[in-house]
Amino acid sequence: MADLTHLPVLAQIGDDFFGNREGAAERCPGNNGLCPGWIADNFDQYLSPLWEHVLLSLVPLVIGFVLATTLALLAHRYRFLGPLFLAFVSALFTIPSIAFYLILLNVTGRGFTTAVIVLTAYTQVLIYRNVTTGLQEVPSEMVDVAQGMGLSRRQILFGVELPMALPTIFAGLRIAASSTVGIAGFAFFAGAGGLGAEIFADPTFRGNVVAASVLMIVLAAILELVVLAVQRAFTPWERAVSS
Amino acid sequence: MKRRTHPILALLAVLCLGLAFTACGGDEEEPASTPSGSGSGGGESSGNEIQPVAGAETKPVITVGSKNFTEQFILGEIYSQALEAAGFKVKKQLNLGSELIAYKALQGGRVDAYPEYTGTALTSFFDVKTADVPRDAQQAYEDAKAGFAENDITALAPTPFENTYRLGLTKEKAAEIGNPKVISDLASSAADLSVTGFPECKQRQDCLLGVQDSYGLKFGKFVSSEQKYQVLDSGDADVAFIFTTDGDLASGKYVVLDDDKAFFPPYNVTFNVRNETLEALGPDGQKIVEMVQEPLTEKVMQELNARVDVDKEEPEEAAAAYLESAGFVPAS
Amino acid sequence: MTFAVLGPFGDAIDFIFERRVSQAGTVEVGGLQEMGELTLTHLELSLAATLIATLIAMPLGAWLGHIGRYQFLAISTSNIGRAVPALGLVVFFIAFLGVGFLNVCVALVLLAIPPIITNTYVGMRGVDPETVDAAKGNGLTGFQVVRQVELPLALPTIMGGIRISLVSVIATATIAPLADVDTLGRPIISPNVYGTAGQLAASIVVAIVTFAADGLFAALQRAVTPSGIKINAGGRPRGRLSFLSTKRSMPST
Repeated sequence: MADLTHLPVLAQIGDDFFGNREGAAERCPGNNGLCPGWIADNFDQYLSPLWEHVLLSLVPLVIGFVLATTLALLAHRYRFLGPLFLAFVSALFTIPSIAFYLILLNVTGRGFTTAVIVLTAYTQVLIYRNVTTGLQEVPSEMVDVAQGMGLSRRQILFGVELPMALPTIFAGLRIAASSTVGIAGFAFFAGAGGLGAEIFADPTFRGNVVAASVLMIVLAAILELVVLAVQRAFTPWERAVSS
Repeated sequence: MKRRTHPILALLAVLCLGLAFTACGGDEEEPASTPSGSGSGGGESSGNEIQPVAGAETKPVITVGSKNFTEQFILGEIYSQALEAAGFKVKKQLNLGSELIAYKALQGGRVDAYPEYTGTALTSFFDVKTADVPRDAQQAYEDAKAGFAENDITALAPTPFENTYRLGLTKEKAAEIGNPKVISDLASSAADLSVTGFPECKQRQDCLLGVQDSYGLKFGKFVSSEQKYQVLDSGDADVAFIFTTDGDLASGKYVVLDDDKAFFPPYNVTFNVRNETLEALGPDGQKIVEMVQEPLTEKVMQELNARVDVDKEEPEEAAAAYLESAGFVPAS
Repeated sequence: MTFAVLGPFGDAIDFIFERRVSQAGTVEVGGLQEMGELTLTHLELSLAATLIATLIAMPLGAWLGHIGRYQFLAISTSNIGRAVPALGLVVFFIAFLGVGFLNVCVALVLLAIPPIITNTYVGMRGVDPETVDAAKGNGLTGFQVVRQVELPLALPTIMGGIRISLVSVIATATIAPLADVDTLGRPIISPNVYGTAGQLAASIVVAIVTFAADGLFAALQRAVTPSGIKINAGGRPRGRLSFLSTKRSMPST
């Protein structure tokens, strides 16, 4: 076996490969400062995690909305389910997110699916409460009138109660939107990447922390605005009313 | 409704402005290193360029793994990119975790190969006590290779560099205490010195405890930290447990003390491949792996680590620049 | 006792009770004493941050709620606070202020303020104006009205806000080890040393601690609810939700 210290070196690294590192620790990015120039140059590093984060936010929101609304409608129909469901979704929300990710990954494996399950769970209480409240706050007179007109239970629900509850429901969805973006920041504990993974990869580098955090905040704001836009589209009669 | 959107819109507007400023800010800093242009390597590029291996595309996908720190990311990228240049289908599964997790992944077939240090393999996988690890790098390699072989894994030839522990100080501090060159030189002053290292170092036989025992020193204070070079620069500690290929060492600001009593085991890297995958690689693929790691001296590895840790480049970029500079892949 | 049959969870529970050698082989980790110390630090940090946040946010929210102005401010704090991710906030402060208990505490205080300020404001606004008028009619000064009438009536809602903050702070204190403050997050962010068993063990303990704190505050909340006012089961701020619907109503079951 060849002696390690005298390996034939077929290829050489030229001297100009080595940068002049004198003082590198005092200027960007070696000094871990804010380095806007570095952020601008390396912005593409954040695109893939950003996309992961978008998916991590949207998918649980959609699934969570369907799930929570279903639960709320069930509770609306069968009153005894109300306290039960409420306690369940509230308990889900109490579980600390990092712990939830780590515990669940031992059951469902590392990756996107586990993260989505966790994030969907966190949307539940926010949406469920607003759907139930929204439905409860429909003036009983309106329901009486509708019944008097001979509308079926189903028609009342979808024609009267839900439309009136929409503003409240969407309010809950908006809160769930930004909440999900924030909690998705920890999704990397479940092996699902996202902008949180970027932050955690170099938490002492201020430029990195700021870039990734700002992207998360912008994403949350945009998502809320999207929900708001959807709300406006679905409730044209509300536009004249401010709350 | 209107009132409630205002804070969100305001926040959004401010952030957009901020981002616009950053994007238009332009380069204020100079890059710390000048990546070399084409053909700067010694020897003609055609002599070193990786030639496609016949039949490589027909082989099953090779999954290359790595542990969870900078040097490992870079090494994983180097091997992956080299094999890809040779025509193999490569999948990367870097950042697996610590060595036990990585080894388990290798044994279980979740990855087909990953780079490991000889000293680490011996102490963590093959139950050799730190004190019993052969201090001769070649012997350590042979022992590790034998251990891997028992698990149907082949440890390919070791790298020229080793990433082992040493003690380091700033040049100024070294001048203050009489310019020590080896760890033994600290014997007289140790009681007045503070040493820093990662938190567990304080309790480890292969770190603080072992060094103090072997060299008969007793440091005055142990400061636990994750950013040891910052601690050295700020003066919060006098000496630090460093790794020989740390990127910060490339700045030339620090003095590294030699391990004259050979306390620390050797830590050369071997690319460890499952035997089935080795068959798929064939002798040509194996030669490429061994060829591509030959220029990896300690100085080169320091520069690569510095590019990622100090210049904040992506490991992928640093590995690509390395392969180009050595002439293994054509300049892009 | 071995819980090995439970798989990784069994190993994690084992980690809580028994000291073991770390993966690298030369350090001992785990065991009740270490877990206890980590838990203590975690609670110290969380309680300190929540307390300071309450001392700042509650008077502010109470004053705003009492005078009934600047609703925009009180509600916006929550809107903006919601959009700022906990991870980004804490790491931002550590990166810009440095490591240490105080610095990470500052970040956690900022995290805890929005729910408390909003809930205090909403709770105060939710007090029946007639009750306030009656009190004023009885000659109570503004300050006395706040202290003797509005605050006690708003207390359940306020406690709800503090409870939300506390739970959120305990969850976020998990990343405090980035600031060299060794909370239960230490095994979670250093699996190289503590192993995946340690990581899971710490997660389980954090979850238990969170539920305990939440349960405690739920009980406190019930205790301060005057029997005359019914608040729905979750104790969350009903008043806040009613701001978001077109109909404003008093809390009712």
